[in-house]
Amino acid sequence: MGKNDDCEKQLKAAEEARRKSKNRRAKPQRKTKKTSDDEDDEDEDESPKKRGRKKKKRDSDDDDDDEDRSVKKGSKTRKKKAKDESEEESEEDNKKKKNGRNTGGKGVSKKTKEEQNKDKKGKGKDKDKGKDKGKGKGGDKKKKGSSSSDSDSDEESMSEGEMEALKEEVEEKKKLIATLRTKPWRMKRRLVHLKEAQEFVEKFEGALGKGKGRKWYAYKVMMTKKLIKFKRDFENFKTACIPWERKIKEVESHFGSSVASYFIFLRWMYGLNLVLFGFMFGLVILPEILMGLPYGSIARKTVPRPEQDTAMDFSVLFDFNGYCKYSFLFYGYYNNDRMIGVLKFRLPLSYLLVGVGIFGYSLMVVVRTMARNSNEGGEGAEEGEFTFSWKMFTSWDYLIGNPETADNKYASITTSFKESIVDEQENQKDENIHLRRFLRVLANFMILCSLGGSGFLIYYVVKRSQEFAEMENDELSWFEKNEVEFVMSLLGLVCPPLFETIAELEDYHPRIALKWQLGRIFALFLGNLYTFLFALFDEVTAKLEKEKIIKNSTIWALNEYYANYSSFHNTTDIPPPNIHPADVVRGPCWETGVGIEFVKLIVSDMQVTYLTILIGDFVRAVIVRFLNYCWCWDLEAGFPSYGEFDISGNVLGLVFNQGMIWMGAFYAPGLVGLNVLRLLTSMYYQCWAVMSCNVPHERVFKASRSNNFYMGLLLLVLFLSLLPVVYTIMTLPPSFDCGPFSGQEKMYDVVMETIENDLPAFIGNIFTYATNPGLIMPAVLLMILALYYLNTTSKGYQQANNDLKRKMQMARDEEKNRRNNKDSTNQVMKDLEALLPNRSLAPPPEEEEEPPPEVVVDKGSKSPKTKPKKKAEKGEKEVDLQKEVSLAAQNPKSPVTRAPGSRGAPTANPKGPQPGKERSRGGASK
Amino acid sequence: MGNKQTTFTDEQLEAFQDCTFFTRKEILRLHGRYRELAPHLVPLDYTNNPDIRVPLALIVTMPELKENPFRDRIVETFSEDGDGNQSFNDFVDMFSVLCEASPRELKTIYAFKIYDYNRDNFICKEDLQQTLVKLTKGELSPEEVSLVCEKVMEEADLDGDSKLSFSDFENMISKAPDFLSNFHIRI
Repeated sequence: MGKNDDCEKQLKAAEEARRKSKNRRAKPQRKTKKTSDDEDDEDEDESPKKRGRKKKKRDSDDDDDDEDRSVKKGSKTRKKKAKDESEEESEEDNKKKKNGRNTGGKGVSKKTKEEQNKDKKGKGKDKDKGKDKGKGKGGDKKKKGSSSSDSDSDEESMSEGEMEALKEEVEEKKKLIATLRTKPWRMKRRLVHLKEAQEFVEKFEGALGKGKGRKWYAYKVMMTKKLIKFKRDFENFKTACIPWERKIKEVESHFGSSVASYFIFLRWMYGLNLVLFGFMFGLVILPEILMGLPYGSIARKTVPRPEQDTAMDFSVLFDFNGYCKYSFLFYGYYNNDRMIGVLKFRLPLSYLLVGVGIFGYSLMVVVRTMARNSNEGGEGAEEGEFTFSWKMFTSWDYLIGNPETADNKYASITTSFKESIVDEQENQKDENIHLRRFLRVLANFMILCSLGGSGFLIYYVVKRSQEFAEMENDELSWFEKNEVEFVMSLLGLVCPPLFETIAELEDYHPRIALKWQLGRIFALFLGNLYTFLFALFDEVTAKLEKEKIIKNSTIWALNEYYANYSSFHNTTDIPPPNIHPADVVRGPCWETGVGIEFVKLIVSDMQVTYLTILIGDFVRAVIVRFLNYCWCWDLEAGFPSYGEFDISGNVLGLVFNQGMIWMGAFYAPGLVGLNVLRLLTSMYYQCWAVMSCNVPHERVFKASRSNNFYMGLLLLVLFLSLLPVVYTIMTLPPSFDCGPFSGQEKMYDVVMETIENDLPAFIGNIFTYATNPGLIMPAVLLMILALYYLNTTSKGYQQANNDLKRKMQMARDEEKNRRNNKDSTNQVMKDLEALLPNRSLAPPPEEEEEPPPEVVVDKGSKSPKTKPKKKAEKGEKEVDLQKEVSLAAQNPKSPVTRAPGSRGAPTANPKGPQPGKERSRGGASK
Repeated sequence: MGNKQTTFTDEQLEAFQDCTFFTRKEILRLHGRYRELAPHLVPLDYTNNPDIRVPLALIVTMPELKENPFRDRIVETFSEDGDGNQSFNDFVDMFSVLCEASPRELKTIYAFKIYDYNRDNFICKEDLQQTLVKLTKGELSPEEVSLVCEKVMEEADLDGDSKLSFSDFENMISKAPDFLSNFHIRI
């Protein structure tokens, strides 16, 4: 600044003059920029810097620049900035403040300005702006015209810089508009700001858009505007399309967010299935119906002769035999023509790709949803760090709008507070641990037995059904025909309550008990499903054997026919055998068989679910409601009572239903459509049922992160249902006379065929190389390495995270200790402190204690969470002990008061007791 | 909206959409709800921004708020005059903050304000006690209440001044798993 003194004075003078004459607002605005100080030197400090910058920028342009002009420029840019800033400060009082400051800080010369300012303030903002701008520009031109020769180029560069600043400003305003909704302001203020910002943008965007070479900018601006508008309209449209918003809200207000989360999950599932159905219908079913051969033209699309009499009977159709079996609902109906119709649609390829694509799409959607859910935060704190605070501030569900639920919620919150208090008071209850252990082992043993039993039952039933399939259809009763589905549904119905009863033995905390229960039901469903699948595989292999025989005999018959024909007519030009499609001998078509099994399973599952709701909820509610007038005890409060909505069971049911859909969709394209219908009816039906005959839970479970929990289950099931399908696609030979892959060795040969015939040769080559084991092995290796690397880095981050956490903890404790020390300056406390045994207040042992957890952390990153806690517990015990010795527990509550300090902060132990004591005494006196 | 009478001009609707998390339809619905509260007070035509306030006593009768133990505080917090008389702007603002799409930071700020009963920008022990009493309908004994409050202080008070500043509160809330799902009103 020293060497610039001279020019600075000049500058200042020039500046002032200019300001006075042209821009009255500039000064106060600049003031606001640096709100801290309003000394004049500061001004000077700033101006040379700016000028310097400006100068450098245009060094090449104007070497013969005189001082005066550079000043102009410096001040001009600044003015611009200042003005812009002024626009941001919209509130009246702000302005006043500025003015006030102005008066204080500036000399006489500025007073005049200030007056002018005041004058201006009265006028509208826009006007102000316009004036500023106009004046600035006008002034620019005047100066330039008078001063130098290179005015033209200078103007260019000048307006360029100006442009940049302006552009920046405009961008800023736009950003403000975009983020306005997240600002914690009053609505009025927001609206005002919005208006201003919009006006500003409007004005200056227009200005920026003028002139040559800026068309592109103007165009871009216009397009972004249109895009924003479009996006908003689209958003409006999208929200209008989300169904059942009101319904869910109603349920939500009655039952809290946990029950509603089931319905939201159901809706999500419906959306997913709708998309899957779109794929299936648009790419497989519709082309086959529109462009494929019509019904009755070939054997696979015709009901065989012996079945034709009963093919239209309801009982047959209901079993998905007869016309249903030979319709587009099932795999067997589809023809193996490589291309169909005028579009040359490759149906077999499309069938395979859609079958696999359904999995791909579902996987993607599920994983993406999970990622989005997990981003919502709420992680990072250790369990128990904020038990009470969270209970206090986040336990009330703001969605509740029903008095009954609200009462339940109040009660459950009170209970949970009491529980926590009790937990704090006695961390470990010493009970008969042996008995409990024994009971738990027993319970698990019983549950394992029932799981095994249910698996065996299913296997047995499926085996039996194969025997039945051999027999004549008429001899079988309805039950014998639907035994498998019936038994599976029954097991799904009976086992969960059974498990719940057994779980009573275990005497877990309800939350843990719920987890166990979920895990067990999951295992049950999974076991049942897989037993069913294995039994089905047995059946499939049996059918494959049978098919081989039929295939051989067909070929043999055909050869025989050809031989006979040629010998009989003595010609080589043989027409194909003239047999009606209904009479053709055909194989069992195992794919359709599997498809039918799945469809039947889904349908029976649906029936059982709906019947359960009808009987278990509706009839029960009716009985309880109306028999209550003439009954010995209070039915509503007593034994049967009303049903509660079983969230976990329903969610698991939905998830497994979806698993079956995924598995069966490949063999029965119509299954997805069926499922869409099912979900749709289910939505309405269950909404009605829950609103009319269920009561809110007594213990309202929190829905926290349950969404991701559901999604995790879904992902697991998706993966498990992917396995069998991919296995069959890759290994089993498709039937020779039905389905899109008939005639191929393996189903995926369709892809190979397409690559060989329709794509250029080099792609085929690439594919051959890519499938070479020599290439696959390194790729797998690479993936494993990448996995390992990522795992290691994540561990590193975790460690860093833990370190930071510990540091924060330490800082916090230090702070606390410092304060507490300050607090306890009185003599009594000091004396008391001196009386305490060394253990409690000496920092050294503490420091010694610190290293072990670190070592542990370094060694295995799994343990850091548990280890410090253990240590904390130890510390706590220590303190308790010490306390008993030293203070003999004046009041029963005091240990509780003290515990969290030590629990939360192991490092705080040594000094913790002291303030705790103080506080606990205060509490006792209350 | 529609043929009979316009409630808002397009610009107004756009402005509201810019300032809140609502769509056009929802804003109109909100206006409907607002008008429901006091049909004689609130006009259907809002194109000229009439300055009308609906008193707290009427707003808390909404089914969305009726059962909420903190309903009075919510309404007060979002009213411009602090007494719970809400203009339509305040009303929209309230549900915008409480809606599903609003971010955690914004919700945290307003949650802090709601729980700060005496409006001193700190949550002190009295605030905690009041919150707790509301939350449990006074079922806890005074000893239990003071015990819980002490616990909360110990857990969440980072700087040890025995009152929760906003940063304390933010730190605590940012780790809470069910804050977002619970601090949320669907309209």
